[in-house]
Amino acid sequence: MFPIVHTRQLSDAVFEMGVTAPAIAAKARAGQFLILRVAEGGERIPLTFSDWSAEEGWIRFIFMRVGKTTHALSHLGAGDSLADVVGPLGVPTHVDGVGRVAVIGGGVGAAVAYPVARAMCDAGAEVTVILGARNADLLILEDEFRALPLKDLVITTDDGSAGRKDLVTAPLKELCAAGALDHAMAIGPAIMMKFCAATTREFAVPMTVSLNPIMVDGTGMCGACRVTVGGETKFGCVDGPDFDGHLVDFEELMSRQRVYNDLEREADAEYSRQCSCHS
Amino acid sequence: MPERGPSERARDFKEVTLGYTEEMARGEAERCLQCKVPTCIEGCPVNIDIKSFIGRMIEGDYPAAVSVLKERNALPAVCGRVCPQEEQCEARCVLGKKGEAVAIGRLERWLGDYDLTCELDHRCVPEVGAPSGKRVAVVGSGPAGLACAGELRRFGHAVTVLESLHATGGVLTYGIPEFRLPKHIVQAEVGLLEEMGVEIRCNVVVGATYTLDELMTAEGYDAIFVGNGAGLPVFMNIAGENLNGVYSANEFLTRVNLMRAYEFPKADTPVMRGRKVAVVGGGNVAMDSARTAKRLGAEEVFLVYRRTEDEMPARKEEVHHAREEGVEFKMLCSPEEILGNEGWVTGLTATRMELGEPDASGRRAPVCVMDSSFVIDCDTVIMAIGTRANPLLTATTPDLEVTKRGYIVADENGATSKPGVFAGGDIVTGSATVILAMGAGKRAARAIDEWLSRDAE
Repeated sequence: MFPIVHTRQLSDAVFEMGVTAPAIAAKARAGQFLILRVAEGGERIPLTFSDWSAEEGWIRFIFMRVGKTTHALSHLGAGDSLADVVGPLGVPTHVDGVGRVAVIGGGVGAAVAYPVARAMCDAGAEVTVILGARNADLLILEDEFRALPLKDLVITTDDGSAGRKDLVTAPLKELCAAGALDHAMAIGPAIMMKFCAATTREFAVPMTVSLNPIMVDGTGMCGACRVTVGGETKFGCVDGPDFDGHLVDFEELMSRQRVYNDLEREADAEYSRQCSCHS
Repeated sequence: MPERGPSERARDFKEVTLGYTEEMARGEAERCLQCKVPTCIEGCPVNIDIKSFIGRMIEGDYPAAVSVLKERNALPAVCGRVCPQEEQCEARCVLGKKGEAVAIGRLERWLGDYDLTCELDHRCVPEVGAPSGKRVAVVGSGPAGLACAGELRRFGHAVTVLESLHATGGVLTYGIPEFRLPKHIVQAEVGLLEEMGVEIRCNVVVGATYTLDELMTAEGYDAIFVGNGAGLPVFMNIAGENLNGVYSANEFLTRVNLMRAYEFPKADTPVMRGRKVAVVGGGNVAMDSARTAKRLGAEEVFLVYRRTEDEMPARKEEVHHAREEGVEFKMLCSPEEILGNEGWVTGLTATRMELGEPDASGRRAPVCVMDSSFVIDCDTVIMAIGTRANPLLTATTPDLEVTKRGYIVADENGATSKPGVFAGGDIVTGSATVILAMGAGKRAARAIDEWLSRDAE
């Protein structure tokens, strides 16, 4: 069992959780992920690390309450335990020698953008972070980003309730046009990463995206997470989760992410019937 | 051996075959001639003393029979169910030359089950040697790892099995369906290893959580056995393979077996329940996938194989069961393209084949029949055409020699290019059978024991 040591609600549907897992914390790197199971009978879900401490032996991740498993997760607090946590999985994000880089975090993707931006700063990169959200309430980790030695932090919201009223692609395009970027990295919804990739392609700025396909084992065994990159089939869990954004088939990724939508609704409805504290 | 009728069993996940009663087991054992020079033993990859355990059964001394069995095999209830006995021990039985071989596998299964249903303190727990002071890490809790761990414990070494999934058993748990190998049998036999003092740690991915080097240095293990299996599923690289509705057999079976998706939504992991399912391949994994699809409610299940039934690598018994349960065989058909609409599978185009000259493997190679493409109407396609080596562990151990295809190079005793590291099972040989992996695990255990004692000098 993996004891939960910390929980924090970041917005209406977004939560942060810290778990004791010394062996994983000792090896975690920016861009890597874990797989957890809440309890016996539960599904295995992948979540990317948002923070960790090798010294203190804990890892943190941030999740959005969307289905049965994340609902169950959101009801747990310090003192509770998770049945299983495994990791660190996936190839760490390449942070050395990236030069002038824009790290784009969309929605909950900011949780992953944070350790990536931090690792890039540590590696001596000149980092501009672009955080995007639908509205101010959904912006997360702003204070944490402000504490990093960033070149700039740009905030965009769809409704203008915080920062610029824009999509993340607008400031990204400006940076590209100004010739101020050697690299860009986007983490967020597939549709956002697709448009970020389209933006940087126009200016021939290299682009990395951190993909979030459906997974089961997370170690390459099942092939559920396969994505087409440059016409080749790759496994998100062992070949990724980072890929060249200009080569990813986003339409296929988005289609594959929707495979279980109907079944997940069924599971969530069943869970709501059984759980009276369901919000 | 009694089994449940096809129409009944194809609707649930309960075991297909029911096993012998005690009376039947005794009757079958009594057919054994107790040959002076028993040839059956030579056919067994782990050299179980078959003559002797059957001899004890004839006398009615079942605990003694179990104990003989367990001298060589820690998982009799598993092997009694999934070993291809017809090609191994039973193929060498003299009775088989004129009539029917002694059903050694079924006797093994009966004894294994007998042991598991005993009261806890009557179970046969193999004796453990005096503590050697040495610690060995076993990577993977599948057949190779479990066999190796049991043997190492008998030699008196401290053994920790590291498993990447949340449940033990490896392919026995995620791959082989409940109706062929109930999970409680696997868990009970693993439990006996724990009673012997084998420590099992789940949720540890060697190559990620720890590298092999870290296990030897920071974690202080004196030797390592790598039995992590041949992880990655193989696809055909044909158009449409990433459409929704295309599964690797690994994913499909893992969802159903390990994650119990057939109990969804009671269990949380979903699986697509296809109405018309095409399974590509001709091995046991293909049979397991086809029969599982049927049990999930498919109206039609097609088995698409590019050779004929004679060349199919699956066990005859499984082919027979699949056919009885209504799986439709489409032999001499090679998939060409998976058809889709709005991201979802709508069919599979296949070409008819005919058998040509024998190829390097001695099997007659299938050759395309010109202009013979046709479409199989289906909404799900399951690729059961094999696996390849998982690079996760080897990628973080650069000094471990691997073949061009990523399999670990090891000698017949499992010794690798890295001192103190041994390997066996599918990660060395490519996909094989449970018992061959167990044989490799046992041989490696003996080699590790020797290596550790040499180390002590």
